[in-house]
Amino acid sequence: MSMLRERAAATPATTQASPGRPRVWFRLAVTVAAALLIVLLTYVLPPFRTYQLATVGAYLCVTAGLTVLIGRNGQLSLGHGALMATGAYTLALTQNALAGDDFAAPGWALAVSVLAAVAVTTVAGAVVGLAAARLRGPYLAGLTLAVAVVVPSVTSTFDSVFNSDQGLPVVLNPPPGTVPMERWQAWLAWAGALLTMLLLTGLTGSRFGRDMAAVRDDETAARLAGIDVARTQVLAFVVSAACAGLGGALFALLAQSVSPGAFPLTLSLFLLMAVVIGGLGSLAGAAWGALLLVALPALAQSAGERAGSARLEGNLALAVFGVVLIVVMLAAPGGIQGALRRLGHTRPVREVARLIRHPKGGT
Amino acid sequence: MTEGLALRHISVHFGGLTALDDISLDVPPGAVVGVIGPNGAGKTTLFNVVCGFVRPETGTMTLDGQPLRPRPQQLTRLGIARTLQGIGQFSGLTVLENVMAGAGRDARTGVLSALFSMPRTDRDEHRLRDAAMSALRTCGVAEYAAARPDGLPYAVRKRVGLARALVARPRILLLDEPAGGLGAQEIDELATLISGLHCSVLVVEHHMDLVMSICDRILVLDFGKQVAIGTPTEVSADPAVAEAYLGADAGQPQ
Repeated sequence: MSMLRERAAATPATTQASPGRPRVWFRLAVTVAAALLIVLLTYVLPPFRTYQLATVGAYLCVTAGLTVLIGRNGQLSLGHGALMATGAYTLALTQNALAGDDFAAPGWALAVSVLAAVAVTTVAGAVVGLAAARLRGPYLAGLTLAVAVVVPSVTSTFDSVFNSDQGLPVVLNPPPGTVPMERWQAWLAWAGALLTMLLLTGLTGSRFGRDMAAVRDDETAARLAGIDVARTQVLAFVVSAACAGLGGALFALLAQSVSPGAFPLTLSLFLLMAVVIGGLGSLAGAAWGALLLVALPALAQSAGERAGSARLEGNLALAVFGVVLIVVMLAAPGGIQGALRRLGHTRPVREVARLIRHPKGGT
Repeated sequence: MTEGLALRHISVHFGGLTALDDISLDVPPGAVVGVIGPNGAGKTTLFNVVCGFVRPETGTMTLDGQPLRPRPQQLTRLGIARTLQGIGQFSGLTVLENVMAGAGRDARTGVLSALFSMPRTDRDEHRLRDAAMSALRTCGVAEYAAARPDGLPYAVRKRVGLARALVARPRILLLDEPAGGLGAQEIDELATLISGLHCSVLVVEHHMDLVMSICDRILVLDFGKQVAIGTPTEVSADPAVAEAYLGADAGQPQ
């Protein structure tokens, strides 16, 4: 834990004027630019790459929430894979219920299903978060680990609802017009991801983000500063759970099915490693994490195929992640984003960045 | 009705150890009250009782005549702020953000407003920022606003801690060894700063010169018991005090 805290705080002291939080219009502009880039990419990339891009977007929802929870608030979670499963199953059940027998849902059904997935996961996150706020370090890790183990097995206990290991199909209406399915899925996933990023940067830039960091750094001092430690921790957990629920729901839409096999314990571990490698210091690190979650297993798989060993499949990705984690921690303790930021502290880069952020000069 | 903070017959035991034994103390508005005593006398326990970290077994506390059952995170709402003996700063935040963290009771907007980046939240941030800058200026450390606390000199960080307590605009300020680790000149500046505050102060301190110069009343503790209480002159003239505390150490303040 303490290692993670130091990582999150590993930014050099500076006597420069604090940039404060980026203004709303700046963040909106970045969001619009990112959206345009995504739309462009979906027209340029072949279908399989577009599908991978959509997967990055779904992962980004989860890693962004996890970065806030671990990086900002200093709470560890090994159970976010299970929260994703909660979101995915809720979406599947809602969507299928709304679709009825003809297997085509009304147009508004998708929005309702996604909202239901986020709402149910938020409630689940509140329950786990309330317990988590009373726990520290290894006990917190243990609790969230238990959640990650238990939730997938619920599907076989109540197999009449969740259909056990087989899982459930997910109704997804054909995309509007002549848009191919992958492109439509990528748009949906990235709409969720960019909205998540926009909301989370708003939250972390406010006093709630500051309270989370204060609780992470010194709980006693935070209480004496008038910060409700437990409430802040529950808030962080609930927010990150909602993000995981959205990510899980998007996953279900991408796969058009849900099954417990899609949310194994290793998924939670992958998520954790990804946000640490991406960099816990800022939300931008979550984007690197999401990218790695898609790229590294794909690389590992193709390497495994080239080696011609079917046994390696699946395990190789975990090993690759572990190795990358060790290398990044040794070479760049602040993760990928931390390393880039250090690069950004070189003078020319900094000047340009300030001109873009505050064209009128000064803060 | 007693105005200000009043403690009556407070007793605390940790197992067989008596940490506080029937202690009564008044902190009237505007007064500077000192608590002194050797290590283990119960000074910090007294602070922890007032802050709600420790519940007394017997005795009552009142704030302006109202019963006081404090919880640490609600202290600033009651108008009580405390500095910590150590540094107690948030190393991941800048000095300014550290102080802003103490001004949360001035914020008026909630989580949803923050999530959606409403202009109201921005206005909140500006208000908190102004309050924090003003507290930093009062404490003479405004130039470090954008720095991280970790690399700063000890004296500056203690001032930042003081600014974080002051930004909550307390009626009663609890200072836990504010002079610890400071040099002679820094202690003189601190005395001037404390004397200029517009609130009551309850201070635990080892440094006798500081206590004698700033306090209106002094409570002397030893093994959790009250040895003496009175003005600095009365206390220093009290033979019981000399025996319990000043005796061997009178000439060499810690």
